[in-house]
Amino acid sequence: MMQKIMQSKISVSDLNFFYGKTQALHGVSLEIPAREVIAFIGPSGCGKSTFLRTLNRMNDLIPAARAEGRVTIDGQNVYAPETDVAALRRKVGMVFQKSNPFPKSIYENVAYGIRINRIHANKADLSDRVEKALRDAALWNEVKDRLNSSAFSLSGGQQQRLCIARALAVKPEIVLMDEPASALDPIATQKIEELIVELKREYTIVVVTHNMQQATRVSDKTAFFMLGKLIEYNRTQKMFTNPDEKLTEDYITGRFG
Amino acid sequence: MPQTGAAGDKIFRLILLSAATILLLIIVGILLMMVQNALPSIERFGLGFLTGREWKAAQNEFGALPFIYGTIVSSIIAVVLAVPLSLGIAIFLVEQASPKIARPISFLIELLAAIPSVVYGLWAIFVLAPFVRNHLGVFLQNYFGWLPIFQGRLTGIGMFTAGLVMALMILPIVTAVVRDVLETVPQAQREAALALGATQWETTRVVLGNAASGIAGAIVLGLGRAIGETMAVTMVIGNSPRISASLFEPANTIASLLAANFAEATDEIYLSALIEMGLVLFLVTFIVNALAKLLIIGVTNRANNTRRA
Repeated sequence: MMQKIMQSKISVSDLNFFYGKTQALHGVSLEIPAREVIAFIGPSGCGKSTFLRTLNRMNDLIPAARAEGRVTIDGQNVYAPETDVAALRRKVGMVFQKSNPFPKSIYENVAYGIRINRIHANKADLSDRVEKALRDAALWNEVKDRLNSSAFSLSGGQQQRLCIARALAVKPEIVLMDEPASALDPIATQKIEELIVELKREYTIVVVTHNMQQATRVSDKTAFFMLGKLIEYNRTQKMFTNPDEKLTEDYITGRFG
Repeated sequence: MPQTGAAGDKIFRLILLSAATILLLIIVGILLMMVQNALPSIERFGLGFLTGREWKAAQNEFGALPFIYGTIVSSIIAVVLAVPLSLGIAIFLVEQASPKIARPISFLIELLAAIPSVVYGLWAIFVLAPFVRNHLGVFLQNYFGWLPIFQGRLTGIGMFTAGLVMALMILPIVTAVVRDVLETVPQAQREAALALGATQWETTRVVLGNAASGIAGAIVLGLGRAIGETMAVTMVIGNSPRISASLFEPANTIASLLAANFAEATDEIYLSALIEMGLVLFLVTFIVNALAKLLIIGVTNRANNTRRA
């Protein structure tokens, strides 16, 4: 058991989460190893997005929300009072369901996180880092000739990849993605999925998805949530062929949800 | 026969069109009336009216410059003092305060807007003017007395006090508009910044960037209010048509001149000169608004960074 925790990038034990008096997560425990893609699936309102947002404390923004239990990343307690939340969020990047570029140029969108965290040594280094992030997000070739154009001049899929580039630019170790392709057409979705698989080499990725095919295509492990409880957490291949739980089987075969 | 939908829409359209037309007619009507009544003064004094520095009604000498100067300078003082405070309050209300605190503060600010102008004026005479004379003015002269704008005799009555009371008067509207503008900034923009490790301050700057054009609009609205403000200003500005470097000296504004002198203007040319002043006020407001619009367009373009490479 001890060794397992040592290997985990993210370790969650007995996490309860409340919005005021409503309990959204019930005793969730889960270990996420480094450099794998983990998919969270489950019906709407099952707590998978809430759970994702406890990992970088994005839920702090919601008044009266509170977490009980333990979340550690690299052995450090995320909810400890002395935790530097800004530093945590630098380490744990996030991509949202709807792309949310800043009303700035393509270049400035990617440069923003580098600038505020003072990661760059000089202007040339900043440009190098922007280029690297755009290349990592498979967007460079499409935008390299118009870096000064508004981010809003990009298509929906390009905007989402821009947001991924923006997240990668601050050199996170973990990237959380909250239904990153749900607002995109099939071709743009495919590009994001290829990107996720590609990014696994450098990053630990947790992706919430409504789309079970997507989970099978991109993830190594899948966690199935229902009504705020973690029902099953297994290797993706096993989960979708021979799940341990009856509920999981019912869900993935489309009996409800 | 039942009314068909198309006919109903036609009537609806007609009603709306006439509402819009009436607005236009009113503006044109006011303008025509003013030009017509100001004509004797315009014909007699020409452009010299605008550049003249003396206003001696008894000798039929009318110069608008001190009033134009007073109007613009007092309004600028008001905006310079009110805008930072409004921004601070609005940012606090939207970005920091919990609803429990934000609601009563919002209510108090809206209450400020409900106080009649003349009450502000009275308060300014009895509280603000002595405060400026005995404390604030003394402080400014002690530390910034080397600036020409803070030199001269401290009476408490003058341009500075007028600007100060106007700042308070435009504070609610500017704060309310900035607050509404900040509230329209999508939560996703804040989340985007925070998720990159931004601090509260950095996140607020992203929000302000999103709201830049709206904030500029709020400032213009405040400036417009200040330019037209009459009663409270009349009571503390000193009503002296002078152009002084010092903000502590008495001055006058166009609106305040009109309010104070219309009743006693029996002479035809005097009345005509006053109406021409009204026309000038109209023009000053128009120019300020036009400049501000240009400014807003500039700010918006920079914020959106729409230039193509």
